[in-house]
Amino acid sequence: MPLTPKLNAAQLEANFADIAPRYTAQQAAAESARCLFCFDAPCISACPTGIDVPSFIKKITTGNVIGAARTILTANILGASCARVCPTEVLCEGACVMLDRDNDPIKIGRLQRYATDYAQEKNVAIFRPAKTKTGKRIAIIGGGPAGLGCAAELAQLGHHAVVFERKPRAGGLNTYGIAYYKMRPAVSLEEVELVKSLGVEFRCGTEIGRDVSPAELERDFDAIFIGVGLGQSQRLDIPGEDLPEVVEAVDFIEKIHTDPLDQISLGARVAVIGCGNTAIDAASQARRLGADEVVITYRRGEVDMSAYAFEYDLAKRDGVTFLFHHAPVEVIGENGHVIGLRLVRTRFDSGGRLETIVGSEFVEPFEMIIKAVGQQEKRDWLAQNFPELELRANGGIARHPFSGRTNLPHIFAGGDCANGGREVVNAVGEGKKAARAIHEMFGLTSISGPVQPSRWGVQGGPFGAGLDAPIRVSELEADYEKLSPVSHPTPGTSALTSQNQE
Amino acid sequence: MADLAANFAGIKSPNPFWVASGPPSNTAYQAHRAFEAGWGGVVWKTIGEPTRNTSSRYSSIDHGGVRMVGFNNIELISDRAPETNFREIAEVKKRWPDNAVIASLMVETRAQWHEFVQRAADGGADGIELNFGCPHGMCERGMGSAVGQNPEVTKTIVSWVKEAATIPVIVKLTPNITDITAAARAAKEGGADAISLINTINSITQVNLDNFVPEPFVGGLSSHGGYAGPAVRPIALNMVHSCASDLEINLPISGIGGIATWRDAAEFIALGSTTVQLCTAIMHYGFRIVDDLIDGLSGYLDAKGFASLGDLKGRALNSVRRWEDLDLNYQRLARIDYAKCIGCNLCYIACEDGAHQAIALVDSKLHGLGPGRIPGKPVPEIKETECVGCNLCSLVCPVLDCITMVSVENGLPPLTWADYQTRLAAGDATAFVPHP
Repeated sequence: MPLTPKLNAAQLEANFADIAPRYTAQQAAAESARCLFCFDAPCISACPTGIDVPSFIKKITTGNVIGAARTILTANILGASCARVCPTEVLCEGACVMLDRDNDPIKIGRLQRYATDYAQEKNVAIFRPAKTKTGKRIAIIGGGPAGLGCAAELAQLGHHAVVFERKPRAGGLNTYGIAYYKMRPAVSLEEVELVKSLGVEFRCGTEIGRDVSPAELERDFDAIFIGVGLGQSQRLDIPGEDLPEVVEAVDFIEKIHTDPLDQISLGARVAVIGCGNTAIDAASQARRLGADEVVITYRRGEVDMSAYAFEYDLAKRDGVTFLFHHAPVEVIGENGHVIGLRLVRTRFDSGGRLETIVGSEFVEPFEMIIKAVGQQEKRDWLAQNFPELELRANGGIARHPFSGRTNLPHIFAGGDCANGGREVVNAVGEGKKAARAIHEMFGLTSISGPVQPSRWGVQGGPFGAGLDAPIRVSELEADYEKLSPVSHPTPGTSALTSQNQE
Repeated sequence: MADLAANFAGIKSPNPFWVASGPPSNTAYQAHRAFEAGWGGVVWKTIGEPTRNTSSRYSSIDHGGVRMVGFNNIELISDRAPETNFREIAEVKKRWPDNAVIASLMVETRAQWHEFVQRAADGGADGIELNFGCPHGMCERGMGSAVGQNPEVTKTIVSWVKEAATIPVIVKLTPNITDITAAARAAKEGGADAISLINTINSITQVNLDNFVPEPFVGGLSSHGGYAGPAVRPIALNMVHSCASDLEINLPISGIGGIATWRDAAEFIALGSTTVQLCTAIMHYGFRIVDDLIDGLSGYLDAKGFASLGDLKGRALNSVRRWEDLDLNYQRLARIDYAKCIGCNLCYIACEDGAHQAIALVDSKLHGLGPGRIPGKPVPEIKETECVGCNLCSLVCPVLDCITMVSVENGLPPLTWADYQTRLAAGDATAFVPHP
């Protein structure tokens, strides 16, 4: 059965309304007043871009909201989108001392949005132009969060950055891939404008290897930063996978960002395969677009899913149902259209390996299948364009986690293509770190990073506040050894780390 | 970017934010940290014959879950040797030539004052602050507030200091006095170049109801201590205004007393201060608060179109007058924004029991339902004929901009109490009808 739009524009507007609306001035005043203004605050360490959270919240309490926005945006140029899409529950808010005291952390993400929205609306110039121009040119491949983070930092350091973006608009997944009720593409595009205002040049619709050769980049630029993200979804390798109603989650979500909501077709019964955060985004949006029934099928159990608990809760509230321990076997088609999904039940054997249960197969009727089983690294594109570049076993770019250095002297990497796929804020942080490493490579003075000394030392750079904080706060302690100045090699002199940071 | 540079009686500093004399300005280590953080000046912890301090020394009051809205201490002047302090002042000044370093002094005899003033200047201090305000301990020995409370003594000691001083002399005033302008005038007569105010206010913060010993507890006893922190700010603002508006005094003022944010600082400057000094806020949060002090004040000056601190200084001075100069025919009324009213009815009960019975509770249908109000539950309504415009309802209202006070035109010509008395005496006016 062909897919069709389900709801009218008014219903869709209500369904896709902001799930965490902007604070009013009074809400911001009350919430910011709760902040203790900790010294050496754990929220700073928990932020991959090292935003001085207590400082910006203090500025909100004194009415210096523009100053608050400046504190945020100088640390994280994508502060407005991160305020909306960051999993703050496991980052800054997960580290907040008020979680320990009152079981009620300061709502840092909401306050960050209040400050960045305020600055955007007042249209106040947050940044001052770089004092001196270095004349150095850096090519940024990929205009997503990593590329923007790198370009913005380079521009502030006086370098000329040129962003090459394959798509018609920059912003990457921030523009095309965030659940619509969390953030509208306009926010991402405003951020692209902010980066532009720093003097960064954008060449959208330009693909490296197709429109511009890597050799030309090598010739025309002093350094290259690769932040190309991930590629196609993994294949399920089951019969029926190529039927027209079998779509990839990222493509489905992208359509929501490029087409009017009331023109997006979907089935009445939708299966989403996979149980990560992207699967949740796809499933929740399918429900909000009007699908009668949305079922997430997952090979493993509830405790094994990679989606965050609050994302899982959101999907359940949206009426998404979950089939744990079920694996897809075949997409059933009729007259060239999807009519169902054959599933088999699974279990862990005594050795902890996943096995299918013989004879447990059954068919559930569905009109649409959304695949959300993870994206692949762009191994082919990388091999074709940068054949000398060292890749990890899983296809990601091998790079030093603190500097983004690769095995090639003038090439740096960051974001999903290097870390295997993490949050927007990780990508921004990695882009920023790479920009500083590029700056140092040119023989220019190293940058003092953090604005507040952290327990890892009062200096800037990788040992400063939070620049290398892991994504989950519970990992902080485990990573302490790795991050302490004593045990960590000086960036630039150490051997390349060929393994992912995790 | 507005210019934050300050010139206080000839003492230059990159911004008006000085660390007040107290525990945060006890050592060179702290002064270095303060200047690294961005402070414009440091007034050294008072130097004199070294004292011995008690354990414990500080106490405070909390309000509504906020810690240390009021803070008191029984700590005396520096317990370090004068030579150590003067040597460290020299070290700090050498490393921070563009920042202000002020030596706070407290000694007894004329000879001692001459000696200490000389040593401060030799150490490179940019100025001297005379501690005539400390309300505990030192006053029992004839120093501190014992001096500041006696204008004659103040004048004499300032003149002794001026006999030896080659750098500006600031007199720090005590608020524990009936009329602070008397002390300020005495300082002026003695030759002071500037004044700073206020020192701390005599206080007992709390009594322990189990052992009946107030904090700070010292071996089963306590003592009255100097009160500071946000709670004292209104008292300080009034005293700064009194001194700034007194034409006989006419001295530069360094404002002190409960300043914690750039807004507080801006208020002190608007009432005539040239620089401001902070202590309790640093004791609470550290020197890093200067980041928002500078950023916030600078952003404010830019937003107002002020090029420098001079454009802000004294702007509110002329708005504060004697009561008898106020227009008795001016009228203000409370207005409720029903779209914002959450139905707490605190305005009603405050007016009914605490003020002028000018708010009624009426059927909510008359005004519509605001956020969260229950149908049928009555809502407040201002009785405009009864409202005296006292502000109380707008002060208790917990919702931003829900109750606002608006000026109303009543057609009456301006009439001050002074005018009224003159006209009454001349038979030119009829007596006011007393309120029923």
